[in-house]
Amino acid sequence: MKLEELRYGTELLKRGFASMQKGGVIMDVVNAEQALIAEEAGAVAVMALERVPADIRKAGGVARMADPERVLSIIDAVSIPVMAKVRIGHFVEAQVLQEIGVDMIDESEVLTPADEEYHIVKKEFTVPFVCGARDLGEAMRRINEGAAMIRTKGEAGTGNVVEAVRHMHAIMGGIRALSGLSEQELVSFAREIEAPAEVLVETVRLGRLPVVNFSAGGIATPCDAALMMQMGADGVFVGSGIFHSSMPQKMAKAIVDAVHNFNDPAVIMEVSKGIGDPMRGIDVHTLKEDELLQNRGW
Amino acid sequence: MNYSRTVAGNIGILALQGDVSEHIKAFERAGQELGLQGEIRPVKSPNDLTGLAGLAIPGGESTTISKLIIKTGLFESICRFKGGIFATCAGMVIIATDPGDPRIVSLGLIGMKIERNAFGSQKDSFEADINVKGLDFPYHAIFIRAPVAIECDNGVEVISQIGRGIVAVRSGKHMALAFHPELSNDTRIHRIFLENILDL
Repeated sequence: MKLEELRYGTELLKRGFASMQKGGVIMDVVNAEQALIAEEAGAVAVMALERVPADIRKAGGVARMADPERVLSIIDAVSIPVMAKVRIGHFVEAQVLQEIGVDMIDESEVLTPADEEYHIVKKEFTVPFVCGARDLGEAMRRINEGAAMIRTKGEAGTGNVVEAVRHMHAIMGGIRALSGLSEQELVSFAREIEAPAEVLVETVRLGRLPVVNFSAGGIATPCDAALMMQMGADGVFVGSGIFHSSMPQKMAKAIVDAVHNFNDPAVIMEVSKGIGDPMRGIDVHTLKEDELLQNRGW
Repeated sequence: MNYSRTVAGNIGILALQGDVSEHIKAFERAGQELGLQGEIRPVKSPNDLTGLAGLAIPGGESTTISKLIIKTGLFESICRFKGGIFATCAGMVIIATDPGDPRIVSLGLIGMKIERNAFGSQKDSFEADINVKGLDFPYHAIFIRAPVAIECDNGVEVISQIGRGIVAVRSGKHMALAFHPELSNDTRIHRIFLENILDL
């Protein structure tokens, strides 16, 4: 085999990596110790952060990419894939994370956006990206830019699943509602939701997003995680929900078990017993418009 | 094609975590090409193994899948399973006698020593045309955070090897691959496996 015949960073490799995460839980961690807890609990990957979203809310100020040293210490600690977040549009933070060797980059509304006009052109990178979306149009735009995985945004750092549910309805219901339309009608509808027509037509033909679709933003209990799976998520991201609960190790394991048995209420009941208090949470209706992270990105 | 064999053609896909639906589709296609009528079904608990001629262990996270195999009680059942096992990527780690990582409890069904993530992180994942013994032209293989085997016992037949190590082996009815044939749109390796376990 000649080295020059190897191909790196193709669409197939990026989407393939995302497919390997299916049926799994990806956990936010801020240090090697938490990463090891996540791995031991059965997480398929960890998201390396400077702070979990609930703490980003509290801290205020500008939230940026994590310190490379922190990300590297987490990569060294675990054998599962490590992801990390960059600000929306901040392609240099993305270049740096690619250089570090993270397995996937999350262009995330949880951090303070760096560009209010454009998202990163993700096709130009070798490393795959995951991006948040609230509805079908947003998901289509991100996929068109090269996102290999979509996650519904929810409302990060609240421990309140209501926005994750809203966004999953919007995407899954959106696809179902379009299933009877002709290609011509879809092309016309694509203009209405500012979606690239080609990606929309492919999505409706498949009856699902052409990339893996995870749920995120507010998942705090095993029941929350199973709820998102039953609604059609391919897997879940749990941010503050693990390490802001009173017993992170137990909560992490219970959420993993609930995701693997999301259709089995008996198992979900068992794993929900004696796992301490979930994170306290925030009623999203008490948040001001400018405190909503989901409105970042478009 | 001998259709009397179709009853024995049921294939299970270990459906605990990973790219299960891709494996189901690939086996459905390979089965159609061979004229088999057998069922391709997900395996989540020991009872699901009944009546299967083969079991695929898909790609995914080997640490996660190995934990789930134990938790679901599938560990002993798979070790006793009489059919052939088609293990890809994470599956290759899990089926080996030495998974190369103390955190993984492996099935130990193929005598080989694995190096996990042998090529590096996701940015080092690659596609390449490789030669596979038994195929008349190269196979376009997809390597995603792939392992390799660095040693194999006698009796394990190496059917593909690249610079970094061994990437495909056969051992009795079992096959293990470091890459992802379920993503390749080429069912030749699936067909070798099916022909072998179904004695076609």
